[in-house]
Amino acid sequence: MARGRMNWLKLFSTAVFVFLYLPLLIVVVYSFNDSKLNAEWVGFTLKWYGVLFDDTEMLTAARNSLLIATFSAAVAALLGTLAGMAMSRLRLRLLPALVLAPVAMPDILLGVSLLILFIMLNISLGLVSVILAHITFCIGYVALSVQARMGSMDDSLIEAARDLGASPWQAFSRITLPLLAPGIIAGALMAFTLSIDDFVVTFFTAGVGSSTLPLQIYSMVKIAVTPEVNAISTLLMVVTLLLVTLASRFNKHALRGTI
Amino acid sequence: MLEIRGISKKFGDFEALKGVDLHIGAGEFFTLLGPSGCGKTTLLRMIAGFEAPDSGEILLEGKDMVGTPPEQRPVHTVFQNYALFPHMTVAQNIAFPLQMARVQADEIDARVQQALDNVHLPDKAGAYPAALSGGQRQRIAIARALVKRPRLLLLDEPLSALDAKMREQMQIELINLQKEVGITFIYVTHDQGEALALSHRIAVMNQGKIAQLDQPAQLYNHPNSRFVADFIGQCNLLEATVTDSDRHHADLELHHIGPVRVSLAPAVTVTKGQRCLLTLRPEKIRIARNLHALVDETHFCGKIHDTLYLGDVTVYKVELAQGILLEALLANSGNHASERFAVGDSVEVAWNSSAGHLIAEP
Repeated sequence: MARGRMNWLKLFSTAVFVFLYLPLLIVVVYSFNDSKLNAEWVGFTLKWYGVLFDDTEMLTAARNSLLIATFSAAVAALLGTLAGMAMSRLRLRLLPALVLAPVAMPDILLGVSLLILFIMLNISLGLVSVILAHITFCIGYVALSVQARMGSMDDSLIEAARDLGASPWQAFSRITLPLLAPGIIAGALMAFTLSIDDFVVTFFTAGVGSSTLPLQIYSMVKIAVTPEVNAISTLLMVVTLLLVTLASRFNKHALRGTI
Repeated sequence: MLEIRGISKKFGDFEALKGVDLHIGAGEFFTLLGPSGCGKTTLLRMIAGFEAPDSGEILLEGKDMVGTPPEQRPVHTVFQNYALFPHMTVAQNIAFPLQMARVQADEIDARVQQALDNVHLPDKAGAYPAALSGGQRQRIAIARALVKRPRLLLLDEPLSALDAKMREQMQIELINLQKEVGITFIYVTHDQGEALALSHRIAVMNQGKIAQLDQPAQLYNHPNSRFVADFIGQCNLLEATVTDSDRHHADLELHHIGPVRVSLAPAVTVTKGQRCLLTLRPEKIRIARNLHALVDETHFCGKIHDTLYLGDVTVYKVELAQGILLEALLANSGNHASERFAVGDSVEVAWNSSAGHLIAEP
């Protein structure tokens, strides 16, 4: 009987994974298809990737995406670290809610409200507005990651550092920061992937000339799902998977480092 | 060298320390002993600089330390969980206090190696703390705290995470180390056995106050209160009323048991009619089927109520009267079957008039 249940479980989880990953697999496969249509397999080619690298609009979008993701991840890493430390140290009830709200809030709400804010403040829509917008929802991820790291850190380590002659700043830079680093890096990598993938918030806060990859793909898909879209989607997927794997690696390393 | 005057501290409504005074001499191995919540750790954290007293002074070699941050005090701490920096090697951990003090790099190397030799772990320099055993971490924590030659070393229950065998070995190492380096040690523990084994002097703390401050043997043999007698070792506490007394002796009526004569310690004075407690250590009680009471001995009859075989000794609980149990220890030194008793056996117990110690009850 237990065996029967196991088989059902296997079948069910296989079905779930197929549902989740088959569409992605199809995108990847058709990005190598030597045909303009996503209808049937004709033959293997890399030419769509070539087309991609000749497409100046696509390249500009890619450059924008990388720029935005790098900047927002970096700023979010700094602010998120401070927020995460405060959340763990000060135990203020309102602080976690304030930091994490942008993570939980529907993207469309965040996008619309930021758009209204930028217009009110007379900030022209462009790379800067998109970066500001991305920072808002990225902080929460870094803060969560840093807070978890702080939670697993022994407070007596800081006391030991002070006891052995370190000033508060030395204790922070020599002990706290190195021990938080894996959490900060993991959070920043998460922030980077979220920024590079974001569509909704970017859609509301981007202006002319600040189109990102997801926006560019969307505008192309409106006409047709071309193999070029498959190719850029595949690349985006690879980058994201790589970063997420890296982030989880850092988290694991972080846990191993503690006694 | 360390003088503590009238230290008080409140955490909210909880009074952690209620006016503690202490004087600790140079080169002393001093122990703060007490149950959890007695204030011993708070006091230690104040000497280290992690807590500030609400009132009172902490004078280290004449200088008031209150308000001085921990990094500027010539005092280092060995933490209960060792607090070794997990991202640094053993050598980097030990070098840390020297780097903070801006000692020259080549001198640091020499002193780190010396410190490792002192704790008998010369080849662990490159290891990370996670790769060390509990005892090794303990030694590295001590090496790190001693490498800068503090005036005072604070140890916060440093052996509590070790198993019994390891603990005994570390106790001996601690005693030897303290003798070698000559630095004043202040040791915090709730383990009375550890305190007796290690210390030159012990301050027994209870509810934010020092209940008694004395040398281990004095503390054990002449407790000044029910709390201390009960906390240090096993102790029989018999309630009594003084029927007669002179400078050296007192005649007591042990409640429900009978009359007994005890000799008085120099500091103890009692008056006729006063209620008091007679404390009797189990190992000072003789127990046999037929005792030939010696001069200066009192003896009583009783029944074995419980026995507890511990290997080296057997603990007998003897019922002297309804509900009054006396604990006696018998070393299992020979194979005399006649000297073993079973529950229900009738026995006689006896003790010398100088075996008991009298505590005046308020």
